[in-house]
Amino acid sequence: MFLQQIVNGLVIGGVYALFALGFTLIFGIHKIMNLAHGGIFMTGAFIGLYSVQAGLPLWLAFILAMIGAGLVSVIIEVTAFRRLRQSGEVEFSALISSIGANLVLVSIAQMLSKTQVLRFPFDTFPVVIFKVWGLRVSALQLAMAVLAILLVAGLSWYLYRTGFGRQVRAVAQNERAALLAGIRPSVIYFQTFMLSGMLAGAAGVLVGLAFNSIHFMMGDPFLLRGFVVVILGGLGSVAGALVASLGFGVLQTLSVAYLSSRLSDIIIFGLLFAVLLLRPNGLFGQDEAGVLRGRR
Amino acid sequence: MLLTVTDLHASYSGIRALAGVSLNVAQGEMVALIGPNGAGKSTLLNCISGIVRPGAGQIRVEEAELVRKPAWAIARMGILQSPEGRQVLPDMSVIENLRVGANALHGRRPTHDIQAVFRLFPILRERQEQLAGSLSGGQQQMLAIGRALMGGPRLLLLDEPSLGLAPVIVQQVFDALAQLRRDGMTILLVEQNARKALQVSDRAYVIEHGHVVAEGPSRRLAQDDGVIAHYLGTGGH
Ligand SMILES: Nc1ncnc2c1ncn2[C@@H]1O[C@H](COP(=O)(O)OP(=O)(O)OP(=O)(O)O)[C@@H](O)[C@H]1O
Ligand SMILES: [Mg+2]
Repeated sequence: MFLQQIVNGLVIGGVYALFALGFTLIFGIHKIMNLAHGGIFMTGAFIGLYSVQAGLPLWLAFILAMIGAGLVSVIIEVTAFRRLRQSGEVEFSALISSIGANLVLVSIAQMLSKTQVLRFPFDTFPVVIFKVWGLRVSALQLAMAVLAILLVAGLSWYLYRTGFGRQVRAVAQNERAALLAGIRPSVIYFQTFMLSGMLAGAAGVLVGLAFNSIHFMMGDPFLLRGFVVVILGGLGSVAGALVASLGFGVLQTLSVAYLSSRLSDIIIFGLLFAVLLLRPNGLFGQDEAGVLRGRR
Repeated sequence: MLLTVTDLHASYSGIRALAGVSLNVAQGEMVALIGPNGAGKSTLLNCISGIVRPGAGQIRVEEAELVRKPAWAIARMGILQSPEGRQVLPDMSVIENLRVGANALHGRRPTHDIQAVFRLFPILRERQEQLAGSLSGGQQQMLAIGRALMGGPRLLLLDEPSLGLAPVIVQQVFDALAQLRRDGMTILLVEQNARKALQVSDRAYVIEHGHVVAEGPSRRLAQDDGVIAHYLGTGGH
């Protein structure tokens, strides 16, 4: 039924948002398109899976996945981006080096998994279905929704309510002015890449649980969807990425339920072009400047 | 001497911007740096702030050598620049912009709190919740100076604070600078409005094509024939 599909879509959209927010955060603050974000997401899923297989409880596996993916993201910042940044013109060269970083992650995962599709053990998450107002909501869906809300709220709190977040926004809006105010760029880069990777890692585990499938290429379609979400929402806009992700999740669920899964991508990319025709800066983009942007 | 710059050279991919500049600023002094467009004034301030790496020469603040120190570390020492062109943080409120400025303190004692900045620039108090990007040019300039003050400057570097402002606003900005000078703040002021800069400062340097071509007490330079002909003749900007 329709309402049920909306709920399912919102839940999965919330998980997309975790992925997309990490991506848009890096773009909004550092103007870097991190094409390794899909690989970082996949790494999170793998760390979560292997931790569970090693006998750790799921909650601990989830935390390890977030931290591990965050660290991978920081390592990519240091190895793939830092030198480029110092030489200027990072926007284009970072595309290339992040494709390289992604290849490294994907190759490692391919070797580890021997190109297999992996699954969480059957009883990793208790299969419980709640019935509310005629809607069926699984415990996993509930956990996904709660975690997505908590993480998005945590990110907003950090960005808009703490001194660290203020420094991050200062760098996003005017890097030179931030430097002149004694803000140390490498500290900011560490924080943003850590956060971005942690969000991607969380999304990786949740997606792995939701679709019960983890494989070395799972990041690629997400990167593409991340692009759509981030462009629809307005590059660098946190609120835009959130709304677009939820919309994306609902649309995808509805089109799979009522039309065909093959039509889903056509509809979504068609919608992307339509929105861009009407609003070239995305739904929330303000003159090429999202919430975090505004350099110059 | 608080600041001593010795034989400073700087270039941008081979194009020379500073060709052996030496100057100094004593504690509590206000020194003006005037000169035509492209003379190298901003380059000099940016070398001091660590944003531009000099090719040769020394920059000392008391006993510390600044050359090769990163810009954030120089700012945390209290060497604070309000850069050319009203560099505010556009999507933050006035208050938030000022709080960002306080980052540079990093444990040092503040010289100005938010209220002190508001006393210096009362219009900012009225606009405290407004986004900096929607302030007028003059208000943005005041905010950029206020942000530097929040970092507890031992040496305040001001790059063309009157650029592109209406005369009455220019006067307000210079009144505030005069106030800072009375309070004993050490200031290196880059200005194209040479007349006003020479009125407000103790000493001045004239810089052309990356060289210092004249220096001395501001009152004396204001009577120098060469300076009058080149910088004061048309009545300033
Ligand atoms: N980022 C840069 N890249 C290349 N050349 C530069 C750069 N910044 C300044 N220059 C050049 O260096 C010289 C000195 O410039 P600088 O900005 O220091 O002059 P200025 O005295 O501040 O001028 P103005 O009064 O116009 O601000 C000029 O010839 C300028 O073209
Ligand atoms: Mg200049």
